[in-house]
Amino acid sequence: MTATTSGQVISDRQQLAYIASQAADARVNVELETEGMTLNIGPQHPATHGTLRIIARLDGEQVIWAEPSAGYMHRGYEKLTEVRSFPQVTALINRIDWLGSFANEVPFILAAEKLMGIEAPPRAQYIRTILFELSRIANVTLFLGDLGVQLGAITPVFFAFRDREYALNLIEAATGGRFHPNFDRIGGLKDDLPKGWIDEAKATMKKMKQFCDTIEDLLFGNEIFQMRTRGIGVIPKDVAMSYGLSGANARASGIDWDLRRDQTLPMAWDKADWKVITHPAGDSFARCWVRLQETREACSIVEQLVDDIPAGPIMAKVPRIVKVPEGEAWVSTENPLGEMGYYVVSKGDTGPFRVKIRSASFNNISITPWLLKGVFVPDIITILASLYFILGDIDR
Amino acid sequence: MSPTADTPIAEIPGDLLRRGILDRLRSLIGDSIADSLIKPSDDLWVRVKPEAWRRTARVLRDEMGFEYFCFLSAMDWMPSPFGKSEDDPTDEAPPRDDTIKQGYAGGDTRFQVLARLYSLKQHVGIILKVDVEDRGAVDSWVPVFAGANWHERETWEMFGISFTGHPDLRKMYLPGDFEGNPLRKDFPLLARIIKPWPGIVDVEPLPGAADDEEGAAAE
Repeated sequence: MTATTSGQVISDRQQLAYIASQAADARVNVELETEGMTLNIGPQHPATHGTLRIIARLDGEQVIWAEPSAGYMHRGYEKLTEVRSFPQVTALINRIDWLGSFANEVPFILAAEKLMGIEAPPRAQYIRTILFELSRIANVTLFLGDLGVQLGAITPVFFAFRDREYALNLIEAATGGRFHPNFDRIGGLKDDLPKGWIDEAKATMKKMKQFCDTIEDLLFGNEIFQMRTRGIGVIPKDVAMSYGLSGANARASGIDWDLRRDQTLPMAWDKADWKVITHPAGDSFARCWVRLQETREACSIVEQLVDDIPAGPIMAKVPRIVKVPEGEAWVSTENPLGEMGYYVVSKGDTGPFRVKIRSASFNNISITPWLLKGVFVPDIITILASLYFILGDIDR
Repeated sequence: MSPTADTPIAEIPGDLLRRGILDRLRSLIGDSIADSLIKPSDDLWVRVKPEAWRRTARVLRDEMGFEYFCFLSAMDWMPSPFGKSEDDPTDEAPPRDDTIKQGYAGGDTRFQVLARLYSLKQHVGIILKVDVEDRGAVDSWVPVFAGANWHERETWEMFGISFTGHPDLRKMYLPGDFEGNPLRKDFPLLARIIKPWPGIVDVEPLPGAADDEEGAAAE
C-alpha cells in the first residue's frame, strides 16, 4: 500500500494502473508531435520595408526559433567612404535611412566639424535642427500609416501618404530634394531658407498635428488594433539595453533617454520646449504610441524654432578643399529610428581613413531572435512593424 | 595635433566625470589598462589588454552602470596599398607610405577591436579598444551584452577577427562562398579595379587652389 500526497491510501494494483495509463498518454503524445515547419517570410514581403528575410521554425502556429537574414541590400558604405572625400560622403549616407535622409547627414557632418574644431553659425544650427525634425516627421508619418496596413487596416496609409507629402514638400522647398537632400555641409548649410518658407512650415505643422489626431482616432482607439498590439512582443528594460535598443523602442520600455536632451551638441534642441515621451509597458502598442506622441513633439519643436531663427550667415569660414585634421571622433544623434552615430577616423587627408556607421535598426532588429521565440505567426508581423526598421539602416 | 594625456582637462563637468570614471576603472582593473586618453570636452578612450577584454565589459556593466551596448567594430590601421583607388590599374602602382600608426590610446598591432558603451544614468560614454593579431581572436562579449552577437559576426566577416566563445559565428551580409574580408585595407575595392574611377577626370585645380591649401577661405 502507498500513501499519496493527499493522504489517500491506494492499492499497489491501482498505482500500477495509474503508471501504465501515464505511460500510454506519453506514448500518444510522442506519436502526435508534429514535425514542425520552416516558414520563410521575405525577402520580398511588405512587412520587411525592403528585403529582409526571416526564417521562422514553427510548431503549429507558434514560433520556436526565428532568425532574420540580412544582407540582401548591403552596399558596403563603410568601404566606399574610404575612397571618397568628406563632402562626398553625405551623398552616400543619405541613403542609409532613406525615409529620414537629412537626419543621417547631421551626425557625420558634426563629427567632421568636431575634428576640424569648427562650429556652424547659429542660423545654420537652427535650420539643421528644423530640417532634422522634419525628416523625423516624414519618416514616422509613413510608419504610422504602414502600421495600419500591416495589421489589416487599409485606410490610415492613404492619410499617411497624403500628409507625408506636405512634410516632403517642405523639405524639397528648402533643399531641392524630396528624399535625398544632400544639403548639409561641413561648417553650415548649402543654402538659406527660401522666402515664405517659415509661414509655409507653420501651416504644414498644423496639418501634421491634425494627421496625428486622425491616426489616433482611426488606429490607436481601435479595439482590434489594441488587441493585436497590447502585450505583444514585450521587451524588458534590461534586455533592451543589453541589445542596444535605442530611440522609441527603448523609450517604450521605460528607458528615459533621448540624445537630443542628454548630450551637448551644436544644435538647437535645447532652445525649444519639448518633452521626452516614455511608456512603461514595453509592448508593441507602447512602441507605436511613443512614436505617435513624438511626432507631435517634433511638430511643436519645428513650430517653436521657426520663429526664433537668428539672423546671420549660414556657413562658417571653411576652406574650399576640406582637409580634416588627424584624429578620431564619435558623434551620435537621436534619429527617427534611434541612435545613429559615426565613428570617424581621419589621417589628415581630404577623405576619412575609416568610418564606422552605427545605425539604429541594426541593433533594433538584432533582438528579433530573442523576441520572436514563442509568439504566434500573425504577431511576427506586429512585432516587426512596431520595432520599425528600414532595410538600408540594417544593411548600410 | 592629437591630444596627449598631458593635455589640460577643462574645468567642465563632463571631463571631471570622465576623469572619475577612469579613476574608478583603474581601481577595479588597473593592471589590465594598457593606455587611456581623455580628450577635453569630447570623449574617453581606454585600451585594455586582450586577456581582460571580457572582464572589462563585465566590470563596466555590473560595477559602473555602463549598461547600454552601443556598437562593436574593428580598425585596420594599415594605410591602404591602393590609396583612394584612383589609380589606373594598367599603370604601375605608385609607391605609398605603409607605416602603421594607431590612433588614440595607442596600440601595438595592425588590428584593433573597438567598442562603445554608454551609461544611461550618468549620460556618458566610453570607447574601448583592444589589440588583436592579424586573423587573431579576442573573447566574445555575447555573454555580457547579447547585442554584441551581430556586431561580432559583422566584424568577423569584414576583418577576419575571430571571437572566442561566440555562439554562432557565421556570415552576416556576404554570400556563404565569398572569399576575403572586405573592410581590410589590403582588400581592393573591386569596382575600381575593373574600371578606372571616372571621377578622376573631374579633379582639376580650383581657382586660387594654392591659397586654399593654407586653410583660410579666400574671401
